[in-house]
Amino acid sequence: MNFAPLRRAGVYVFLSLAAFISVFPFYWMAVGSTNQSVDIVRGKLGFGGNLLVNFQHLMSQVDLYRVFGNSFLIAIISTVLTLAISSLAGYGFEMFRSRIRERIFELLLLLLSIPFAALMVPLFVMISRAQLTNTFTAVILPGIASIFMIFYFRQATKAFPRELRDAARVDGLKEWQIFLYVYMPTMRSTYAAATIIVFMNAWNNYLWPLIVLQTPDNKTITLVISTLTAAYTPDYGVILLTTVLATAPTLIIFFVLQRQFVQGMLGAVK
Amino acid sequence: MAQTRLDRGEQFNGWAFVMPALVLLGLFMIYPIIWSLWMSFQVGRGANTSFGGLANIQRLANDALLIKALINTSIFFVIQVPIMIVLALLFAVALNDPTLKFRGLFRTALFLPCVTSLIAYSSLFKSMFSTDGIINQVLLTLHVIGTPIPWLTDPFWARIVIISAITWRWTGYNMIFYLAALQNVDKSIYEAARIDGIPAWARFTRITIPMLKPVILFTTILSTIGTLQLFDEVNNITQGGPANATMTLSMYIYNLSFRMMPSFGYSATVSWVIVVIVAVLSFIQFMIARDRRRAS
Repeated sequence: MNFAPLRRAGVYVFLSLAAFISVFPFYWMAVGSTNQSVDIVRGKLGFGGNLLVNFQHLMSQVDLYRVFGNSFLIAIISTVLTLAISSLAGYGFEMFRSRIRERIFELLLLLLSIPFAALMVPLFVMISRAQLTNTFTAVILPGIASIFMIFYFRQATKAFPRELRDAARVDGLKEWQIFLYVYMPTMRSTYAAATIIVFMNAWNNYLWPLIVLQTPDNKTITLVISTLTAAYTPDYGVILLTTVLATAPTLIIFFVLQRQFVQGMLGAVK
Repeated sequence: MAQTRLDRGEQFNGWAFVMPALVLLGLFMIYPIIWSLWMSFQVGRGANTSFGGLANIQRLANDALLIKALINTSIFFVIQVPIMIVLALLFAVALNDPTLKFRGLFRTALFLPCVTSLIAYSSLFKSMFSTDGIINQVLLTLHVIGTPIPWLTDPFWARIVIISAITWRWTGYNMIFYLAALQNVDKSIYEAARIDGIPAWARFTRITIPMLKPVILFTTILSTIGTLQLFDEVNNITQGGPANATMTLSMYIYNLSFRMMPSFGYSATVSWVIVVIVAVLSFIQFMIARDRRRAS
């Protein structure tokens, strides 16, 4: 007896079911943004005609342009700074080995497991003593030296051909020039993958902005969703429309850069 | 002499590249951790604090809410993490088969939840799991249940909602790690096993799992930390309720520090509980990994 076809069918059923469960909430979100709150809570599955009304309600409650501007500004600055600082460090740890720096790197790997929850209270006290509460600096600054990203870049740098560096040295390039003109262009798929991860994290960040950003004109889109959801009678049409708007940028980036993402995960060098 | 100067240059460059990161990490990670140790000995509320010795540590032992949060976190960890890792492994192995059709489509679909923000998907799940919401409707239509389940108002079901939500969001993320690792496994090992007539299940448990052990360990540590940080979902879906059934450590620290009159000293003590737990768990996980490596 050959069970192979049966097993193959089982795999397809299993994967299809899982894929359906994964994708369904996205459909739910899209449908919900066009429906009234009552219909959403009742589980209506078809598109409705309430999209514009939801949009008007949302616009009357929050300054959408400002909120989106805040989110983009924070995410873009965070991404650029995080990539710069972390790739410099990852490159430095891998290319210039010394016993002290290896010890430091091991210490960093230990610190990798410390959850943010353990840091947020002293960080908040620090930020408020520096009178930085309710500023974007307070949101961005503590996150830009990411141990995870330093580790990621160090791993990727292992695949960077040393001959390229040696050749550049022979040509008389200084170390920072080698980094800027040889390393960075060679590692662009690594940077692409890191960009996706860091941008998404910054865009989706919630707990720390919730703590440090206080006035409505400084809020980010995630904070707005949470405020809308926490309302005594939440208007799900408006909420789901906002989640569509908040998810759109990361969704677009994911679909455009999906190939780079997978390549970067594998540490491939083009 | 020339050699020494070159070395000195190398040293200088090495420090120059890592220094910006080290300064920032020192300022925003190491300093806060050490300082919170000092803070954890302070008692009092708001700005009115004084040195309290071991008072906060005594308070820990009698803190019913902290114990509740610890139990909840362990429930989430013990139930959710294994389910997620097994699912992610199964997906990865299935998708690693080059003869499978629609691989790209399946992979994209399964990874898609990872692009949503924790807050966005929490709001989605809250709306889907409302008492007369879509989930109850589907279950009622399929006659799985006779009466609607009070998902968000019953302690047991609220935990189920949180566990399902986290599993939905993170399984694809773990799967990507396993897929990447599987591509580095030498295909000829599987060929040899197949020729020797070793069944698929045994190939999975005897070849795939051992080969992926380092990645599995890595993702387990990530998930452990993830469980300890659990905040966005519970804060948005259940607000820690009902009856604190979904109160997590992070949420408890947040409530202590930022809801009502802050008690920073005691929240620093609770923060250190997390640090100790993480240290112990990481240690155990590494010891297990090392023992298995030695045994095999």
